[in-house]
Amino acid sequence: MSQIELLKFITCGSVDDGKSTLIGHMLYDAKLIFADQEQALLLDSKVGSNQGKLDYSLLLDGLMAEREQGITIDVAYRYFSTERRSFIVADTPGHEEYTRNMAVGASFAQLAVILVDASKGVLTQTRRHVRICSLMGITDFVFAINKMDLAGYEKQTYEDICDDINELLAGFYTSGAQMIPVSATEGDNVTFHSEKMDWYKGPTLLAYLEQVQIKEHTGRHFYMPVQRVCRPDYSFRGFQGQVASGTVRVGDTLTVLPSGETAGVKRLFSLDKEVSCLAEGMASTVVLDREVDVSRGCILADGEFFCRSNLFAAQLLWMDDEPLGIGQEYDLQLTTENAIAVVDEISYKVDIHTGAHEKAQGLRKNEIAGCLIHLQTTMILDSFERYPRMGRFVLIDRVTNQTAACGVITHPMHRSENVVWQELEITREIRAKALGQQPKTLWFTGLSGSGKSVVANIVEKKLAAAGRHTMLLDGDNIRIGLNQDLGFSERDRTENIRRIAEVAKLLNDAGLIVLVSFISPYHSDRVRAKQIIGDAFSEIYVSTPLKECERRDVKGLYKKAREGRITDFTGIGSPYEVPKHPDITIDTTNADPEVLADQIIEKIFMQSDR
Amino acid sequence: MENQTHLDKLEAEAVYIMREVAATCEAPVMLYSIGKDSSVMLHLAMKAFYPQKPPFPFLHVDTTWKFREMIAFRDRKAREFGIEMLVYTNEEGVRRGINPFDHGSAYTDIMKTQALKQALNKYGFTAAFGGGRRDEEKSRAKERIFSFRDKNHVWDPKNQKPELWDLYNTHIHAGESIRVFPLSNWTEKDIWQYIEREHIEIVPLYFAKERPVVERDGNLIMVDDERIKLREGEEIKKKKVRFRTLGCYPLTGACESEAETLEAIVAETLGAVESERTSRVIDHEASGSMERRKREGYF
Repeated sequence: MSQIELLKFITCGSVDDGKSTLIGHMLYDAKLIFADQEQALLLDSKVGSNQGKLDYSLLLDGLMAEREQGITIDVAYRYFSTERRSFIVADTPGHEEYTRNMAVGASFAQLAVILVDASKGVLTQTRRHVRICSLMGITDFVFAINKMDLAGYEKQTYEDICDDINELLAGFYTSGAQMIPVSATEGDNVTFHSEKMDWYKGPTLLAYLEQVQIKEHTGRHFYMPVQRVCRPDYSFRGFQGQVASGTVRVGDTLTVLPSGETAGVKRLFSLDKEVSCLAEGMASTVVLDREVDVSRGCILADGEFFCRSNLFAAQLLWMDDEPLGIGQEYDLQLTTENAIAVVDEISYKVDIHTGAHEKAQGLRKNEIAGCLIHLQTTMILDSFERYPRMGRFVLIDRVTNQTAACGVITHPMHRSENVVWQELEITREIRAKALGQQPKTLWFTGLSGSGKSVVANIVEKKLAAAGRHTMLLDGDNIRIGLNQDLGFSERDRTENIRRIAEVAKLLNDAGLIVLVSFISPYHSDRVRAKQIIGDAFSEIYVSTPLKECERRDVKGLYKKAREGRITDFTGIGSPYEVPKHPDITIDTTNADPEVLADQIIEKIFMQSDR
Repeated sequence: MENQTHLDKLEAEAVYIMREVAATCEAPVMLYSIGKDSSVMLHLAMKAFYPQKPPFPFLHVDTTWKFREMIAFRDRKAREFGIEMLVYTNEEGVRRGINPFDHGSAYTDIMKTQALKQALNKYGFTAAFGGGRRDEEKSRAKERIFSFRDKNHVWDPKNQKPELWDLYNTHIHAGESIRVFPLSNWTEKDIWQYIEREHIEIVPLYFAKERPVVERDGNLIMVDDERIKLREGEEIKKKKVRFRTLGCYPLTGACESEAETLEAIVAETLGAVESERTSRVIDHEASGSMERRKREGYF
């Protein structure tokens, strides 16, 4: 008894096409209406202006507000079943300003029933219905050519309209299109064959819906976006989600995206039952045979066949009262993953009636446009045509939380894919290898005049002579450029050091050996710098005593400080905190800087590099 | 591998929705009304997170007027499944003696709608699962699966977030909450067929049995305890009845039936001549009353 299948379809038509009447009549004919609803229908009908005659459309109308207005304002869902199938009908409005509601209904449906008024033929709105359904991924269409009673049940009328429909469909991808002449009010060809149109040999509307086979748009590949990690205790770690396509068996090897790690399938569950195989559509739990990093938003797949990108072209259907903000950040949701997205530019706006591409500045509610979308992080995605689930998304307004737009990816940009590959794959190790060296930061700390810069300079020259790639960051030079906004207060000094440390880290990432020559008097700042830079950090304490530094006074600063013309001068008005555990300590008072430089190179490079 | 039947598809959809909520919402709760739809919801939740227990508590809003068999069933099920069952009653309403006989629709408002709001506020739940189905009532036919409520738990039918494909936007502001209906696309028939297929235990009141009832305003009301106030001319009769829906006993009409087994109930339902909510007294008050109630915060 429960072997029946489910068909979800949408009905599209304008206010006057008799769409509600058609569906109401189908339900009524099929004797699918519960008795008391039928009573209510009779009652409602009398209240309405239909003079006691059954008004089938009232079955489909729900909200009070719309009953008052006499139009359907939202998406309504109706349920019925025959002996062959269960049906869910999304009834969507035909009124111009409600494009977004039709998109909602179409995104839910596998097939669209589009109403065409036989007395009016194919209208611009018919094109619009097809366009929106097609945009949302529908490829199966039924055209119910309605009001045939008013067209005298003429075969010629039907055939003319069929020609027009075929012409219209030429611009879209379809996998099925059936045209049925009907009269919703009279019931011709709705559930029963019409005697008045014996020239029509095709199926009735209900018969067609009962037997149409929808081509599922899925590939052979297995993939499943992970919804959540199931971790009842330390002995079990399962990844839960719905299989989007394909099948998977215990023992198969799966790739975790985006990390690219692979693992074998150890156990599979279909809900609470352990199974050996899972197929498309099943609510699943996958247990892998080794510890890999998997969280919500990851995809388990039987290979790496999706694109990796942070830039793509898409068609957007705007749904929010607030128009699109170019350059504004939105939250993009695709499968179970989210990323911050920015619409870089509107390439064109689609004339919803003709399909023509027009130039556009902005994008408002109920408008469709081709856009270039840029993500802050790289995502696993694909074109909607290739993998529908990987190519459809919504944009959420980050301030109002409204679902601002829906969209489908037309072209993932491979240009960015390459950039992303570099970001992901060209690591510090690979860059360092290319330079043939181990990135290091040699952090020289000590009083002004202690000889930091002199020694650091010699070290750099010696390294360069040995074919190493280096960069020297000198305190004074940095203060003239990058940190020119900073003064000498404790706070500014801390920020000064933080920036230097970040720059040193970036240069290390680039594979370079960095020499920082900087007083850096505070212990806490040097600890912070070490945290930022990590293992590459070596602290070199130039311990030349204050007396000797002041004697040298290369820049005349000690003199000024003693005279009170400079405040907060390290060693005079401001403390120098001696490093507790420096990697190397040198004193330039009586030593040759060349010798000291050799010692440093010996200690830091000869030990780790070889 | 065999194709999924329509029940398999509905089941997978409901589970997908439950997992989305558990993964993205801060403080979810599953409302549990003890009825058959709640039994299906509980069953689905146990399957959805297996081998984990549902990662959220369950909440029953007790009006103090539920059938005694329902309360016993609730407590036993919570024990058997090892789930956290929160029970909330509007004590202020109890203190004021609010009851379904004297206070009519004010009773429903105070003991159900207000109580639910109080409970959700008390625990700070941000998402509440309900067993509502779109086939139950016209206004529900237009409600989204994820239905948003403002700070006062009010639903705005004209400003619903569009739901596209299976991409559910669960972003909310502080103080707002979401009602989530994983059974939106199920019909009453689906519910019964699923109960039968999965052998889900339901409250015995659903099965026909001799029970003491009085006839009142065209409904058969069961005499579940001595608090029922008999009106003039009313007399308690023994009739073989069952309930198609369960709520507060003074507000829930029984129907005469011989269906003592699930198979018989399904057979009866397949040929149903009355839609389900006919036996819920409150829904009759006025056309569109349910929608008004929902806007005010009724589930």
